[in-house]
Amino acid sequence: MTIGAPILEIEVLVIGLFVLMLEAFFERIDKRTLAYTAIFGLAGVLAASFFLAPAYADAAATGFWSFYTADPLAIFFKRFALVTTILVLVMMIDYAPIVRESVHGTTHQSGLGEFFALPIFTCVGLMWMASAIDFVMIFVSLELVTMSFYVLVSFTRRNPATLEAGVKYLILSALSTGFLVYGITWIFGVTGETNLARVATALASPAIETGPALFGMVLVLIALGFKIAAVPFQMWVPDVYQGAPTPVTAFLSVGSKAAGFVVLLRVLQPFFMLPQMERLLTVIALLTLIYGNLAALPQSNLKRLLAYSSIAHAGYLLIGVVSLAGEAVSFYLVAYLLMTLLSFTVLVVVAKQTGDNIEDFNGLAKRSPFLAFAMLIAMASLAGVPFTAGFLGKFFIFDAALRHHQTTLIVVGVITVACGFYYYLKVVRAMYWEASANDVAVPLSGLSRLTMSALIAGIIFLGVYPQPVLNALRPSNNDAAAVVR
Amino acid sequence: VILLFIVFCPIVAALAILAGAPARRTALWAAGFTLAATALAYLGGFEAGQRGFQFVSSYPISSDWRINFTIGIDGLSLMMLVLTAVVTFAAIWFTGEISRHEHAFYACLLFIAGGAMGAFASLDLFFFYAFHELALIPTFLLIGIWGSGNREAAAWKITIYLATGSFILLLGLIMLYRSVPEAARSFDFRALQKAAATIPADAQGNIFLVLLIGFGILISLFPFHTWAPEAYASAPAPAAMLHAGVLKKFGLYGLLRLALPLLPQGAQQWNTLLIVLLLGNIIYVGLATIAQKRLDWMLGYSSVMHMGYIFLGIASGTLLGTNGAAVLIFAHGISIALLFGLAGEIRQRTGTLVLANLGGLGKVMPRAALAFGVAAFASIGLPGFANFTGEVMVLFGTFRNGANPDRFTIFQIATVLALWGVVISAVYMLRAYRQIFMGALRETWKGVTDIPRTLRAPIGILVAMSLWFGFFPQSFVRIVSPTFKSYFTQK
Repeated sequence: MTIGAPILEIEVLVIGLFVLMLEAFFERIDKRTLAYTAIFGLAGVLAASFFLAPAYADAAATGFWSFYTADPLAIFFKRFALVTTILVLVMMIDYAPIVRESVHGTTHQSGLGEFFALPIFTCVGLMWMASAIDFVMIFVSLELVTMSFYVLVSFTRRNPATLEAGVKYLILSALSTGFLVYGITWIFGVTGETNLARVATALASPAIETGPALFGMVLVLIALGFKIAAVPFQMWVPDVYQGAPTPVTAFLSVGSKAAGFVVLLRVLQPFFMLPQMERLLTVIALLTLIYGNLAALPQSNLKRLLAYSSIAHAGYLLIGVVSLAGEAVSFYLVAYLLMTLLSFTVLVVVAKQTGDNIEDFNGLAKRSPFLAFAMLIAMASLAGVPFTAGFLGKFFIFDAALRHHQTTLIVVGVITVACGFYYYLKVVRAMYWEASANDVAVPLSGLSRLTMSALIAGIIFLGVYPQPVLNALRPSNNDAAAVVR
Repeated sequence: VILLFIVFCPIVAALAILAGAPARRTALWAAGFTLAATALAYLGGFEAGQRGFQFVSSYPISSDWRINFTIGIDGLSLMMLVLTAVVTFAAIWFTGEISRHEHAFYACLLFIAGGAMGAFASLDLFFFYAFHELALIPTFLLIGIWGSGNREAAAWKITIYLATGSFILLLGLIMLYRSVPEAARSFDFRALQKAAATIPADAQGNIFLVLLIGFGILISLFPFHTWAPEAYASAPAPAAMLHAGVLKKFGLYGLLRLALPLLPQGAQQWNTLLIVLLLGNIIYVGLATIAQKRLDWMLGYSSVMHMGYIFLGIASGTLLGTNGAAVLIFAHGISIALLFGLAGEIRQRTGTLVLANLGGLGKVMPRAALAFGVAAFASIGLPGFANFTGEVMVLFGTFRNGANPDRFTIFQIATVLALWGVVISAVYMLRAYRQIFMGALRETWKGVTDIPRTLRAPIGILVAMSLWFGFFPQSFVRIVSPTFKSYFTQK
């Protein structure tokens, strides 16, 4: 049995609406039921994504299919978005008590329903974005994602830091949207097209002026740089990450970043014939690597540390983008998803008891060996220790860079990896050889324990056996033969 | 199968200990089993004198990258496995009372041992590299949690140095992989060896330099050596034994295994640089060793210094010298492990390793004095010990390269200078022995007890190994030299 790809997005949308309806019409139920419903539904969609009819769009496609593709990359990132959302929802269940404290409301669970429903709509946006091959479509799906994030970031609105984060995110994000639209306008003005493939053909013809197209492209790049937190568009990241509710931070740093990179991979392909773009991206990658890693060194708050580390990882990913290695970037993103979400899951649980500074992790190994071990794996993977997914991610990225003779990027990359070891192991140090202030074990729900175990297993499995991910990114021969519209 | 057991026994035991198995007993049994299995492979299964790899088994990992989990051994890796098994066993036996996180301590030790085993048995570059890195975080924890002195700084220093070194090494390995034409591309040693002739000379030079820096940092090649003495001084004795005795040899093994056969022209291009640097190891670090005032620092520096001889063997470009390097790797691993183990025992009893504060301990610790003396003689390279055999082979091998009665080349000059190193090591070792064990016994050390009788077993094994290969070096060379012979007949 096979189904068409757009069904997936529609299903997710229906789940989101269903959860909202439940919330609206059944006031009495435990709001956490909503989250469980959503997780269950999304898992169903995830399973359904393995029964898709393959469908490709080419430059000649018209109508819906000139906006939308279901190539392996798109399907891959749809699954990526689904997995991320499911994990974020698990985190949100753990985080629910904190939300309840800081939301006004008449009943004891006011606000939780929306808190659980909004990520589903973000997920729809991410999934559309994975398939978008037209600037208009890219813009619309990006906005869907950003809108829901506006609300989520400032959700715990009694907390001033959260409000600050919300305002910062709102203003800067709106500004970057402006850049995006303006850039698209320029490109449309030059080429008369919005479909990426047709833009590429138009650009290839000698009659086109490259100057204005390049200008438009730089504007688009600025907007995407904001999404992926590349230097110098990273100013919002530390404050927003620290202020936003932790599950939302995790969602921002994984979902939003992955979406940005998918679009970047798609958009840059038509433009990579221009050497200026490559030079510009190389500079951005260098700045991102250096800034992210150096600024992470002195951090003492784990959430802020992870914010800077997310900038640093954007740098490694950009190396892959500059080297035109879509496969390496995708693999790195998967590794990044696993290890970032694992560290945030542990953070949510531990922060409930003590706090989110690195000091609050002191002696965690004694209090809760399992949590400490999970964090150890996450940090080892983020730093790039072999037998974890993070190492293979770096391996593929560096390989791609070597293939393209990006010597400067490689040298800087190796130095920053060493920096990374310092700040990630700082967390390990706190957990394993500092004495803890109290000896009370951190309470851990069964669902969270299960999720963490799954993430640990995933990190180690992909660290040893990467082939499944590599296979998923490539159209198999049968698929290519049977193109279905 | 026996190899799989050797590699995974320590790792499985480490996991079992983390899960709650009785720490010391499990660790000892695991190390014992591994040692027994290695001995079985050495005595029973392995056919010496044959070229190529034996006990090969392979499991595909990534077909896109032609990465397979392939393990197998030839003579060189067999001897490295024997060394690892012996030193691991001794290190775990030497482990005394652990006051906190006892389980984690033994698990870390076993992880290091398993990583070393895996690295030496891997025939696939990817796993060769990855297994070595497995030891990184356990080392960090071992020094950080259970270390002494300035443990925090030492832990950071070794971790960041080694992380940098290994990422440089990784780049070198990827370059190597990429330098072979598409069709022959593989992470498999054997496939690479076949394709080695196709690597262009200038690429060889670049790759060799990157590999040399990467491995050099891991081996503490001058001037990348500063992490080593500090880390070994702070590390708990068993960790120092394992790291200095076994793990550091990974880089040397890598050079012997990869750089020499695959990149012969690259090796020639950079030979002069390597010789200058290794003389830095022998002379400069040697003099620095004499200046040390604490036993642990002195041993740390001396282990850096002795790396110079092994490098000299690698740079010698003759079969004799290369064989000597292999013997010396083995011999040094054993003697330094014994020295670090004994130093740990002394520290446990007296609480200090400052040479000036010790003295006369030979009266209260006769067994320790004897063992330390033997190990010190071995380390200096007295005839009869394997260290002597190795050094003589290295020096002769190097001297013979391009020997010409009219004119000395760099090889002869290097040999002459390196000979001074023997004198240097005699100076610091004997002086340390005198200051610790001879002279008047201080009042404070009256109550110090000797090392327990049970330690005779690991000490005995280590000394016996050193003596056996010292008196019968042929039994060692016979096993490793088929590997090297193929390097020199290829040219």
